[in-house]
Amino acid sequence: MSRPLLVTGLALAAASAVFLTLGARGDWSFVLAFRGEKLAALIVVGSAVAASTVAFQTVTGNRILTPAIMGFDALYVLIQTLLVFGLGGVGLAALDARVLFGAETALMLGAALVLFAWLLRRGADLNRLVLTGIIFGTLFRSLSGLLNRMIDPADFAVVQSASFARFNSVDDRLLWPAAAVTLLALAALLARHARLDVVALGRDAATALGVDHDREARRVMVLIAVLVSVSTALVGPVVFFGLLVSALTHAVAGTWRHAVLLPLSALLASVVLVAGQTLFERVLSLQTSVSVVIEGLGGAVFLILILRRAAR
Amino acid sequence: MIEIRSLSAKLGGAPVLHDIDATIAPGRVTALVGPNGAGKSTLLAVIGQLLKASAGSVTLDGADLSDMPPPERARRLAILRQNTTITPRLTVADLVGFGRYPHSGGRLDDADLRIVDACLAELDLSALAGRHLDTISGGQRQRALIAMTLAQTPRALLLDEPLNNLDLGHVRRVMEVARTRARAGVAVVVVLHDLSIAARFADALIALKAGRVFAAGRPDEVITGPTLSALYDTPIDVHEVAGSRVVLT
Ligand SMILES: Nc1ncnc2c1ncn2[C@@H]1O[C@H](COP(=O)(O)OP(=O)(O)OP(=O)(O)O)[C@@H](O)[C@H]1O
Ligand SMILES: [Mg+2]
Repeated sequence: MSRPLLVTGLALAAASAVFLTLGARGDWSFVLAFRGEKLAALIVVGSAVAASTVAFQTVTGNRILTPAIMGFDALYVLIQTLLVFGLGGVGLAALDARVLFGAETALMLGAALVLFAWLLRRGADLNRLVLTGIIFGTLFRSLSGLLNRMIDPADFAVVQSASFARFNSVDDRLLWPAAAVTLLALAALLARHARLDVVALGRDAATALGVDHDREARRVMVLIAVLVSVSTALVGPVVFFGLLVSALTHAVAGTWRHAVLLPLSALLASVVLVAGQTLFERVLSLQTSVSVVIEGLGGAVFLILILRRAAR
Repeated sequence: MIEIRSLSAKLGGAPVLHDIDATIAPGRVTALVGPNGAGKSTLLAVIGQLLKASAGSVTLDGADLSDMPPPERARRLAILRQNTTITPRLTVADLVGFGRYPHSGGRLDDADLRIVDACLAELDLSALAGRHLDTISGGQRQRALIAMTLAQTPRALLLDEPLNNLDLGHVRRVMEVARTRARAGVAVVVVLHDLSIAARFADALIALKAGRVFAAGRPDEVITGPTLSALYDTPIDVHEVAGSRVVLT
């Protein structure tokens, strides 16, 4: 058993215990059930974002990229904007959350798969995929911007609040389906750990060792698309958090083995989210800032990575 | 036995190899020589299926390499590229252990570990086994990459300029390892620029020029003043010193 894995697992257990119990009053079974669902949501989203980012960086051979850079966050905001534009803020609120969640997930997954199928045909390389993702992201953002100018200011507030991750107000009806899909995708990713280790050596070295790099990349990208779609539909867009956690994971793991990297990243992300949420919600009594702070930290990591690379 | 038939290949749309025919026999060290840009690395990449041929075929012991499932191919054929960048922070032993991946699927058993240790020792790396690749010298890294291909225990071993960055002692060691493998029945191809080394250690030569086979044969047939002068478009003398040919420019 890897030591960082063990330590992080214990840290998560401790953070979870504090999260569940700190400042709780009244009916314990109710408090635990209520907070338990929130805890589960944090862990589901944290694991999905972290493991998908680690796998994405391995497949693209680049430690600065995240799946969000493929335009996922922008696509989510665009879908939200389109919905508000089409139905109005009130109409959107009236829609069954499960229907909305299913539709958003399906739309994003569909878009990602179309993008991959088109881009990863034989001979297409990942650099092109990533570049196209950036271009699509920009396109989606400008489309949202255009629509935003045309919608009611009151409705605009709905769009705006959907543009940040809401770890706090996850719909419990969505949680369990999301958790099940995430768990399956994570298991499928973990099952490929040895092949991911080889893929990390680069395209030529992996091919020479008998791993069909492009086919492996396609399969892993499908799993990444599932993870990111589900977690984004659940809590909203998370851009830099994955980067923060993956940098942290590679720094503390002390190994290149994905058998450790993937679960460690999931645990670290969960610790950061659970501890952050505890701190902000229970200790500082702030409602929404945790995602902003985490994204800020992730953004700082992004800048450091970029500057370090530029300095080299 | 590697058989190359009417092989052509393109890079970035431009034809680089034209209608190559060659046979690489097991039991021998075949040196692949020729000027910069002749297509040596490209030929190795096509044989190793890192690059698709635009025409022609390559077979290993009668089986078409382009049809072979990648894992099976990797058990039979190993290739060292001219330039390799490894980004993950591996130790020398980790890297050489990856050579066992086609056989082990990533879980090294005792037999795999014995092979890794033997390959490390063969390239004088035992003392460096635990060092990270970013903390060793260029020549040490090169030897680690060679050891990784040896750990694949292939039937065909393709080494693209394996002597880059190596000191004289290790040049000799690597060429002797290549010979030992050849004597054990492996088809060994080594891209070389030093023709005196080729004369001393190779059993056969293939000389490429501008993407075509310019000359092929035994060292005493290919390593002659006129042939080499024409191959490199520069005056070259060949002398016999202590029973071996020495190439002077
Ligand atoms: N990506 C590319 N696109 C187009 N042409 C290329 C590309 N890579 C290499 N070439 C060309 O293909 C030819 C063969 O290159 P190759 O690397 O096989 O030569 P080489 O014989 O190994 O040379 P060296 O001794 O310098 O290693 C060269 O003329 C080179 O300019
Ligand atoms: Mg070359």
